[in-house]
Amino acid sequence: MEMPRTISVLVKNRPRVLARVAGLFARRGFNIDSLAVSTTESEGISRMTVATTADAPTLSQIAKQVSKLHDVVDVIDHTDLKVVERELCLIKVIVDRGQRGELISLCDVFRGDIVDIGNGSVMVQLVGDTDKIDAFVELLADYEIVEMVRSGKIVLDRGAQKE
Amino acid sequence: MAHEMIPGAQALLRVFEEENVDVLFGYPGGSVIPIYDALYDSTIKSVLPRHEQGAAHAADGYARATGKVGVVMATSGPGACNLVTGLATAYLDSVPIVAITGQVKTNLVGTDSFQEADVTGITIPVTKHNYLVKEPYQIERFADLVREAFYLARTGRPGPVLIDLPFDVSAGCVPWTERNIEALDGYEEAAVPDEADIDRAADMIEAAERPVMMIGGGVVTAGAHSEIIEFANKCNIAVVHTLMAKGCFPESHELSMGMPGMHGMAYASYAIQHSDLLIVIGARFDDRITGDLSRFAPDAKVIHIDIDPAEIDKVRTANIGIAADARTATRALIQAVSARDRGAWEDTLLKFKRDHELAYTDDDELMAPQLVVQKLHEVTGGNAIVTTEVGQNQMWAAQYYPLEEPRKWCTSGGLGTMGYGHPAAIGAQFGRPDELVVDIAGDGSIQMNMQELTTGTIHELPYKIIILNNSFLGMVRQWQDMFFDKRYSGVDLTGNPDFVKLAEAHGAVGLRCGDRDRIVETLEQAMEVDDRPVMVDFAVSKEENVFPMIPAGQSFENLMECPMAEKSSSA
Repeated sequence: MEMPRTISVLVKNRPRVLARVAGLFARRGFNIDSLAVSTTESEGISRMTVATTADAPTLSQIAKQVSKLHDVVDVIDHTDLKVVERELCLIKVIVDRGQRGELISLCDVFRGDIVDIGNGSVMVQLVGDTDKIDAFVELLADYEIVEMVRSGKIVLDRGAQKE
Repeated sequence: MAHEMIPGAQALLRVFEEENVDVLFGYPGGSVIPIYDALYDSTIKSVLPRHEQGAAHAADGYARATGKVGVVMATSGPGACNLVTGLATAYLDSVPIVAITGQVKTNLVGTDSFQEADVTGITIPVTKHNYLVKEPYQIERFADLVREAFYLARTGRPGPVLIDLPFDVSAGCVPWTERNIEALDGYEEAAVPDEADIDRAADMIEAAERPVMMIGGGVVTAGAHSEIIEFANKCNIAVVHTLMAKGCFPESHELSMGMPGMHGMAYASYAIQHSDLLIVIGARFDDRITGDLSRFAPDAKVIHIDIDPAEIDKVRTANIGIAADARTATRALIQAVSARDRGAWEDTLLKFKRDHELAYTDDDELMAPQLVVQKLHEVTGGNAIVTTEVGQNQMWAAQYYPLEEPRKWCTSGGLGTMGYGHPAAIGAQFGRPDELVVDIAGDGSIQMNMQELTTGTIHELPYKIIILNNSFLGMVRQWQDMFFDKRYSGVDLTGNPDFVKLAEAHGAVGLRCGDRDRIVETLEQAMEVDDRPVMVDFAVSKEENVFPMIPAGQSFENLMECPMAEKSSSA
């Protein structure tokens, strides 16, 4: 079934490795919904968290093709695993003084933080899974969003085991 | 311990020697002069083709004919860019090549300097791996990096690997280190087949009433031809081969059911369509084999063995997928599977073969191209190493030059590269100097790398080029004939050069034949030449089509056999 799925790709931190992985997605026609890249607990190893929308065979094909890249150390398919999934979102919203209270209580419900207040605008920081952030952004439809950025999804499997 | 410091170019050649590289196909230029300087004192034979594309295909032909890694070199920028078609050809057919390209000096990389191109960027999609050598961690282990390139090229599913070497790295000094490439994280040569999978496969094979084995290029790579023959003989299973596996299973063998697919033998396609089990070894369900996937082998279960796990379930979902080396897996199957009688199926296959023989008519004023290939087979005793160009010539070669051994067939199967066959013949001849090498060509394709005749002449290579000259880009014309109302657009090659004079101008021998009664005589004349290439121009029927044909995206139900041929035809 086609649905949002996430894989983590552990790669050697070498020049052009991002181009290799992203290029493979592009030339084989796999979509990338979001992509987050960072260092890891192991020196020289980076972690790419790739969110995509695909059915199970397609994701399996993606994982197998990505695994073949020489700089790729491991690929983890999180589909059937218990995971903690997070995304960070920064949203700059136009609010006048009268609307501020309402926005702050909305943030409280979603455990968002006001991280900057300017003249007529506030910046909200929200951490959560993709659904939560989507829901929050939807609720902000009544306000004018000036700018928004999302970090892309990051995921770790639950439990003491290393993946 | 301090390592000996030697120029990068010398380290490169030392590793070449370790890897038993005996010939290098390369074209110099500013960025590779330090390497050419080192080659001056080397025992490695440096061959200078007349175009970098020729160099790449020659390395490819050498690799296919010998099973060794082919080595090609080009300078930065345009030289390296000219390798791309050759790399893509090798990549799609999983041919082991190490390509060395020069690069501008490290401090100029990224500044659009003279003859700079982002060659590692350009070649990511057409190489198994590539390196731009400029980081300290690479230079410290430069010798191992080159060894690793060879290792990656020839192991697992082979493929081309490119090393982009800036001028100052090959001219400057690197430490000479002993071989230490054990730790290749995340890279496995080949998984060993799972015993349980082999047992399940054996059960499935024993239970099958109408099994067919389909072998592909992976069988050549694995050197599994003897095992395939043993397996087929033991279990009495018919074998079809893809274009890439031609010669892996002797085509004269009674269990050989030929090549299926778009221009394959009709009986091969019928065997697949009626089978209840396909045992696919080292093949990848290319669209030229399957046509409409939903109607391909509709009643068959599939056992798929491939060294590349990504091939399993990529196109056709397998009932049993075994990611393993073809030879290891076939050996395991030989042990596990018992023979059984399948008389009715054998009769059906024989009937397919009898009722659907290859056929053509030779009733045009000009000779049929198929006849030329058949006569070539006769005159050469079927023993030549055959390279092909791409198009009708390639399909007629596949149909009418049956082969009995692997590694005697060099053709661009996946990419379908016109201009491949001639330089590939040069590479094959360097790799196997004492054997007869023949390029079966069309008048279109041959002109794409004609310049390499000089290379052949200089090195006194006695390969033969057989041009099936119909003054058309025949395969495109055939599609226009059959599917575009005969609107022949862009395919007329009237105005071709005089191929005999052209051969002579290159110092080769040129022969011409326009008379079907002189085919054998002309071929024999060509075979007598042993110190230079021979190019033979056969004027063949201009509008001959390749049959059988399953139009693109259709299925065996739409298979067309030669419409005019009677069973009495010469085929």
